[in-house]
Amino acid sequence: MTDNSDGIGGLTFDKSKRTWPNEMNIFLALVIIVVIFEILGQLLPHMRGQSFLFDTKDRFDGMFGLFNVARLQIIILQVAIIGIIALGVTQVIITAGIDLSSGPLVAATAMVAMSFGQTELVNGNPNPKALFGTWAMDLPVIVPVVIGLSFGAMIGAINGTFIAYLRIPPFIATLGMFLICRGIALWWSSGNPISFPTDSYAFIGSGMMPVVWFILLAVLFHIIMTRTLYGKHTYAIGSNEDAARMSGINVRRHKITVYMIASMLAAFAGIVLSSKASTAQAGMGEFYELFAIAMAVIGGISLTGGRGSIIGTVLGAMVLGVIRSGFTFIKLDGSYQLMAMGSIIIAAVVLDQYRQKSRT
Amino acid sequence: MSDIILETKGLTKHYGGVHALNDANVVLRDGEHIAVMGDNGAGKSTFVRQITGVEQRTSGQIFFGGKEVNFAGPIDAREAGIETVFQTLALADELNVPDNLFLGREITRFDWLGPFRFLDYKAMHEATMAGLEKTAVKIPNVKNSIRNMSGGQRQCVAIARTATFASKLTIMDEPTAALGVQETAQVENIIRTLKAQGQPLILVSHNMRQVFDLVDRVIVFRRGRICADLDIKNEDVSGEDVVAYITGAKTQPQFEDENAA
Repeated sequence: MTDNSDGIGGLTFDKSKRTWPNEMNIFLALVIIVVIFEILGQLLPHMRGQSFLFDTKDRFDGMFGLFNVARLQIIILQVAIIGIIALGVTQVIITAGIDLSSGPLVAATAMVAMSFGQTELVNGNPNPKALFGTWAMDLPVIVPVVIGLSFGAMIGAINGTFIAYLRIPPFIATLGMFLICRGIALWWSSGNPISFPTDSYAFIGSGMMPVVWFILLAVLFHIIMTRTLYGKHTYAIGSNEDAARMSGINVRRHKITVYMIASMLAAFAGIVLSSKASTAQAGMGEFYELFAIAMAVIGGISLTGGRGSIIGTVLGAMVLGVIRSGFTFIKLDGSYQLMAMGSIIIAAVVLDQYRQKSRT
Repeated sequence: MSDIILETKGLTKHYGGVHALNDANVVLRDGEHIAVMGDNGAGKSTFVRQITGVEQRTSGQIFFGGKEVNFAGPIDAREAGIETVFQTLALADELNVPDNLFLGREITRFDWLGPFRFLDYKAMHEATMAGLEKTAVKIPNVKNSIRNMSGGQRQCVAIARTATFASKLTIMDEPTAALGVQETAQVENIIRTLKAQGQPLILVSHNMRQVFDLVDRVIVFRRGRICADLDIKNEDVSGEDVVAYITGAKTQPQFEDENAA
């Protein structure tokens, strides 16, 4: 390709003037935040010169030996499960929608799936938290996973149907589903926790597995959103729904698919979370829906639709993870963490709007 | 006659008690460019909306390509070969030029993947460049999102759809209403290109100079009825005459009785 192959009618385009991608800004912000914590670690008297990012114990453990691998792992692990939800929320927001039901759906799915993933005997005694009879015990891991994902798909289909066919605003439809799902989570086992999963169920969320799932799903949905028909139509609907409809896209069916995918991702997050905690409780996943939205927003998504990316959301998740880890590192109270996260969400949107204005 | 592309018989549309369009009989032949003129609320856009299936007519018949058609929606009309450039641009702002041109009819690979089949960006890019080449549109970078483009460029992209997907009939509803001088010239160039290629066109316009420059025949609407059908290429018709028909100072004899009421 020649340099001017993207111009038409004799006009050429100076590629050096191309604006750099929005994701680059978020990455820069991430780097700046890390540097701030690094400096604070060196300067604050009570820190005694500890490093945030680097391994100061001079261990040689492979190519990442320079960095504090344990901290990096914890940063990603802390955001991985909400990050999985955020991948779905990103797609919903790109269609100019919103999904508030994902947090309670995490809890409801955790309850539903875990009740089919319990082990029959705990240390030779019957499972004290057994919800069903022995028929539901020691089932192959595929059973609770399929049941959990199907439950999520059903909730998403209901959300999508109300939004696409009955024209209920997404905020209202998913707010209703928010309460319904929390209710389902409480009703499922009359408020009792469900515990003692089978070994294979416990493996899903063990160790670094949540991070593995997060990265795999992020790569998968990055490809889907950037390279497939589904992704293009998702952006088109959020960008101009009427244009999408007039172009022959089945907007209603597509919206239902998007909400189903988002809810299945939240359901999967519920499975991973219950597996990681080895227990499912009705109160799980509190505020997850809001943190997932926050990740997408920090990642440069536009709530009016059409703009945003999976890469941005992953970086947004990392920003939240680094802040949480950094505040723990400099031994500041959790209350400051919340205030800082809130400020950063607002700052991200303000900067983004300023950037949008200055470009046009 | 086989060269008639579009024919309407007694096309009528009532909005409740408002008779927006009454008994419109229009014939469009292959390769012909006609303009639809009239005052605001005269029924021009209503006429277009009935043909393109955006609205459902109250009564009357539409024949397209020799067959009677009943479009359930604009998608049906487009599949039949009617490309419409709407007054409100049907473009997705956040997408780039090829994405917009191919919206709803993307070139894909691995079609067995269903909704997750892959887009063939390269093929769409090449087809876009070829399509835009024909229209002489000037766009510095087709990979830029539509949001960053001028009104004229956006309008050209909307119109270039028809050039890229050789359609049987193009309808433009006031394509230059919001454009500057140079941009208007660009759009008019595209229309001339379509004329040279023998593609029939219906142009809704308020711009007298543009109409006289571009089209073969003018149909004037007044208060929901056709009041004149003027062959401006072959007959001696002046701008003043057209204005007289639009304002109601004159009515062609063959439309007299209908307008008597």
